[in-house]
Amino acid sequence: MQKDRRIKRKPFSFHLNTADFLLATEEEKAQQEIMRESTSFFKDGMKRLLGNKIAVICIVIVTIITLIAIFVPMFYPYDYSEQLGVIPGKQVDPSYNNLRMFEYGKTELEKKANGEKVFPHIFGTDNMGRDYFIRVVYGTRISLMVGLFASILVLIIGLLYGSISGYAGGKVDLIMMRIVDVIYSLPDMLIIILLSVVLNTTLTSLGGFLARLGTNMISIFIVFGLLYWVSMARLIRGQILSVKKQEFVLAAKSIGASSSRIIKKHLLPNCISVIIISTALQIPSAIFTESFLSFLGLGVSDPMPSLGSLASNALSGIYSYTYRLVIPAVTILLIVLSFNLIGDALRDAFDPKLRN
Amino acid sequence: MDSKLAYYILKRVLLAIVTVFLVITITFFVMNAVPGGPFLGEKAVTEAVMKALEAKYGLDKPLGEQYLTYLKGIITFDFGPSLKLRGKEVIDIISVGFKTSAKIGGIAAVLAVILGVTLGSIAAIKRNKFTDKTIMVLSTAFVATPSFIIASFFLIIFCVNYQIFPARGDTTAGLIVPIIALSLYPMSYITRLTRSSMLEVLGQDYIRTARAKGVKSSKVIFKHALKNALIPVLTYIGPMLAYILTGSLVVERIFSVPGLGRSFVNSITNRDYTLIMGTTIFLASLIVILNLVTDILYKLVDPRIDFS
Repeated sequence: MQKDRRIKRKPFSFHLNTADFLLATEEEKAQQEIMRESTSFFKDGMKRLLGNKIAVICIVIVTIITLIAIFVPMFYPYDYSEQLGVIPGKQVDPSYNNLRMFEYGKTELEKKANGEKVFPHIFGTDNMGRDYFIRVVYGTRISLMVGLFASILVLIIGLLYGSISGYAGGKVDLIMMRIVDVIYSLPDMLIIILLSVVLNTTLTSLGGFLARLGTNMISIFIVFGLLYWVSMARLIRGQILSVKKQEFVLAAKSIGASSSRIIKKHLLPNCISVIIISTALQIPSAIFTESFLSFLGLGVSDPMPSLGSLASNALSGIYSYTYRLVIPAVTILLIVLSFNLIGDALRDAFDPKLRN
Repeated sequence: MDSKLAYYILKRVLLAIVTVFLVITITFFVMNAVPGGPFLGEKAVTEAVMKALEAKYGLDKPLGEQYLTYLKGIITFDFGPSLKLRGKEVIDIISVGFKTSAKIGGIAAVLAVILGVTLGSIAAIKRNKFTDKTIMVLSTAFVATPSFIIASFFLIIFCVNYQIFPARGDTTAGLIVPIIALSLYPMSYITRLTRSSMLEVLGQDYIRTARAKGVKSSKVIFKHALKNALIPVLTYIGPMLAYILTGSLVVERIFSVPGLGRSFVNSITNRDYTLIMGTTIFLASLIVILNLVTDILYKLVDPRIDFS
C-alpha cells in the first residue's frame, strides 16, 4: 500500500519525498508505543543478579541457614548450655557424654523402652553431654550476628569518614587520609589478637552486663569499629571524589541544579553500588575474623558456642569424632563462600564500570 | 633515579617507621590495661623473673619511664624474659620459632607464586574452555575458604582418614601438609590475579604485532606477555607474606608445628604477656617492612605508574 502512495522521483533530484510527510498509519503508531516498563538502575541490577545461577543458589543457602539459626532454637527441646547428664540432686550420668549421631543416654533409652518419644540427638553430644546440633545452630547464630552488626558498624563509620573527607577536600582531606594510611598499614589481625587478649581480661574483671554479653563479641566490635572501617572510608572517598569531577555533575551545576539535587541524583546513586557491594563483602570477612579468633581460643566465653570454638575444641578428639570438626567447618565454609559469591555477583550486577 | 621516585620512597619509609612505632606504642599501652600490668599479669610470677623484670623496667617507676625503657630494649632486640617459660628470653623463643616458621612460610610462598602464575597463565590462554573454568571454580572456592578450614580438612583427609602423612609437624614429612595448606589461598589468589592481567596483556597491540611478525606462540607468551602480566603479582607479594605469617598461627596449631605461630598461640592461652608483646611487635614490624619493600619494588619495576 505504501509503495503505491509514493510519487515517482528522479534518483538525484533534491525534491523531498512527500510520502515521508504523510500521516502515520495505525500500524506505525502501534510500533511507537512503549510496551515494556522502563527499567530503573535497581531493577536492571536485580534482573542481572537473579540471572546469575550461582548467586541465586548462594542466596537460597544463606536464607536457609539464617532461618534455621533464627527459628530452630525456639522449639528445639535442648538448650546449648544444658548438660543432659547433669540433673540437680542426682549423680552425674556419664552415659550422656560423647554420644554419637542419633544415640541416646541411659535414662532416655529407658524412656524409649517404655514407649515414650525422645527427641533424637541429631549430631550426638559433646564431651560434657551437651546436644551438639543446638550448639552448632547457636554458633551459626553468633557468627551471622557478628557478620551483620560488624558490617553495619564499618559501613556507618566508613561512610561518615569517607564522605566528609571526600566533600571537604583540601587540607582536611589530606590530614584525614594520612590517618587512614597509618591505620591501614597496621597489621590488622595482630592488633585484633592483642586487643582481644586485653579486652577479654579487662572486661571479665569488670564483670556485670558486659561480661555476660560475651567479652569476645564486644572486643570484636570494638576492633572492627577501630580498624576495619578504613578501607570502606577510602573507597567511599575515592568514589565521591571521582564522581564530583565528572562532566555530568558539571553539566547539572551549569544548568542550575541545587547541591542537594546533585547529591541526591548524581553522587549517591553513583556511590550506592560500591557501598552495597563492599558491605556485602564485609560480612564474610567479619565472620571469618570471628571464627579465626574463636579458633585461637580468644572465643566467646565457654558455655556460649561459636563455629570457630566448636571447630577448635573438636581438634582434640579428631580421631574418634571427626564429624565434630567437619560440621562446624562445613557450616563456616558454606556461609563464607556463599556471602563471598553473592558479593561478587552483586559487583557484577550493580557496578556499571564492569559492564561490557 | 628521578626526584619524584626518591620522594615517594622517602614518604613510604617514613610511613613505615611511624607504623612500627605506633604498633610498639599501642602494644605497650594496651597491654598495660591488663590487670596487674603486662610485666606481672594477674598470676604470680616466679621470683627470678620478678627480680629480672623489676631491674629491667623499673616497675615501680612511672609508666612513661617504663615505656622508654621498653622502647630502648626493642632497639637492641631485647624483649625481656618470658613470664611463663622459666629462664627463657622472649627474643630466643621468637628466633627459634621463626626459623621453622620462615622455612614453612618461605616454601609455601614460593610454591604459591610458581603454581599460581602457571595455573593463571594456562587459564588465560585456554580462556572459556573447560580447563579455564575448572581452574577458576577451584581458585574461587579456595580464595573464599578460611585457612583453618582448609587446614582442618587436610588434617582429616591426609592424616586421619588415609594416614599418608604424620599429623604432627615435628618431622620433615609432617611439614608437607601444613605447607600445602598454607599455600593454597595465596596460590588461588595469584591464579586469579595472573589470569586477569594476562588476559589484559594478551589483548594489547604489541602482542598482536608480535603474532603478526610470526613469532612462535610460546615465545609470545613467555617473552612478551608474561613479563608485563607479572607486575600485579608483584604487588601481591607483600600482602601474601603477611597472610602466610598470620595464617601460620592456626596452621601451626592444627598440625602442632613447633614454629613461631604456635608459640604465639600458646602464649595467648598462657597469658604470657611479655611473649605476646614481643611476638606482636616482631611480626608486625616484619609485615610492615615486607609491604614497604614490595611497594618500592613495584614502583621501580613499572615505569608507567605515577607517583601522586
